[in-house]
Amino acid sequence: MVCDQCGERDAVVHLTQIVENAVTQVHLCERCAAERGIETTVAEPKHPLGDFLQAVQQQAAQMPGDAARCAYCGTSIREFRASGRLGCARCYGAFEQSLRELLRRVHGSTKHDGWRYETRDPEIVTRTETLRDLRDQLQRAVSDEAFESAATLRDQIRGLE
Amino acid sequence: MSLDLSLVPDGGLHWLSASGEHAGIVLSSRIRLARNVAGYAFPLRAREGERLRVLHQIREAASRVPSLRDSAFVRVDECAPQERLLLHERHLVSRELAGLDQGAATPNAGAVFVSGDSGLMVNEEDHLRLQVFRSGFDVAGALRDAERMDRELGSEVPYAWHQEFGFLTACPTNTGTGMRASVLIHLPGLVLTQEIGKVLQGLQHMGLTYRGLYGEGSDVLGNFFQISNQTTLGRGEDELADQLTRVVRRVIEREEEARRVLLRDAGYIIEDKLWRAYGTLSHARNLPADEAMNLLSGVRLAAGLNLVSGISTYTLNKLLIFSQTAHLSHAAGRILTEGEANLARAKYVRTVLATEAKLPG
Repeated sequence: MVCDQCGERDAVVHLTQIVENAVTQVHLCERCAAERGIETTVAEPKHPLGDFLQAVQQQAAQMPGDAARCAYCGTSIREFRASGRLGCARCYGAFEQSLRELLRRVHGSTKHDGWRYETRDPEIVTRTETLRDLRDQLQRAVSDEAFESAATLRDQIRGLE
Repeated sequence: MSLDLSLVPDGGLHWLSASGEHAGIVLSSRIRLARNVAGYAFPLRAREGERLRVLHQIREAASRVPSLRDSAFVRVDECAPQERLLLHERHLVSRELAGLDQGAATPNAGAVFVSGDSGLMVNEEDHLRLQVFRSGFDVAGALRDAERMDRELGSEVPYAWHQEFGFLTACPTNTGTGMRASVLIHLPGLVLTQEIGKVLQGLQHMGLTYRGLYGEGSDVLGNFFQISNQTTLGRGEDELADQLTRVVRRVIEREEEARRVLLRDAGYIIEDKLWRAYGTLSHARNLPADEAMNLLSGVRLAAGLNLVSGISTYTLNKLLIFSQTAHLSHAAGRILTEGEANLARAKYVRTVLATEAKLPG
């Protein structure tokens, strides 16, 4: 028997509906049934994070090419497995092979397809902010007539510029 | 109590106004974006000094971000336990940031910016959690506002970003868009007709998931469900939001259909049940929180079925939030025990119904 809705796949869900006192039979394939929100088994609330942690833990041993520990924040792959949480952005590089596999399992994809971000190099950003701080301090030192520290600050600024 | 909610625009509760589409069934629509600041370990791994530096950097940036410029700022880690619960009851901070889980400490340097319908949590599981609420069913509207805030903030603060994986988050379940689009929806018709199991299971086939009234790990109370996207990577923000909107529209239709069936097949039973809920709420002297939630669900259904008129959706929304323990304590000006809160809740609900509901006899 083919599905009443798509007319292509085999019907596996057979429903008896009573609509305004008229009994109708509907035969649906699994996909069309799911699209209508119809399930054959009893619904059980699932805990999404529970599934996720299970997926993390089920993963085989460390993948070749992965570091045992993130060099930046020190998170180990074992700690990640236990908590399901990465320690920093660089963990994505350190555990890239395992993560790629995990992301595929969790999301069905590893490729971001949403808004793009014009990244700013954090080192440049940090330098700009340090410069701004130093210039503020220099201004304060000058207005306080603290010329010795003003001279040190000026040298620091020149060094960074 | 030191927390002054009058400083928070609209008390952070504009979304209760019941102004949006299908507001009787969908209380609110929400977009949440998870972001991290480049150059720092994620909050759970960061040292206290790092977390403070992130907070200062965000505070400074917020003054230049139009979406956040007029927001109220609250250091959640410096709030008393009762105040943190109040913020959580208002959906302004997560359970985690409020440090409400047993044995969990309040995250150091945890804070929240609240501005009208939007907010920004700092130092939760991720450095930044941008949130936008809309009253009723308006996921697309919430997404527009969230995108604006994200663009403004992202140009002031460098985000942790990866060319292939997108926005990087502490938990890989959020990687990519970092977006959770959700609606808070009231489905008593589907619960009473026992259709709810099928509907919820169907959601999982459509890439969606559901939780209770207060998000992850919370119980389903009063037939309120939070429905949201399950995955965050591989599909764009608009596509994820559209998918949620399409499926929720179908869920609303099925809820309306279930309500029609109930009225047709069990009219007087339902009517009696709902009037009893109303009777209890308007006369009880001692009202535990869970019971109140379930009875309020009944009265909300009665209003949706036009069995009772004269109670606005706004009043029903307000009762839901302000009848909770920390809100009752806040109104009383002192911390109430559970027993005292049950008495205060009964009185509060009774008073609101007596003054705001104009029912036929």
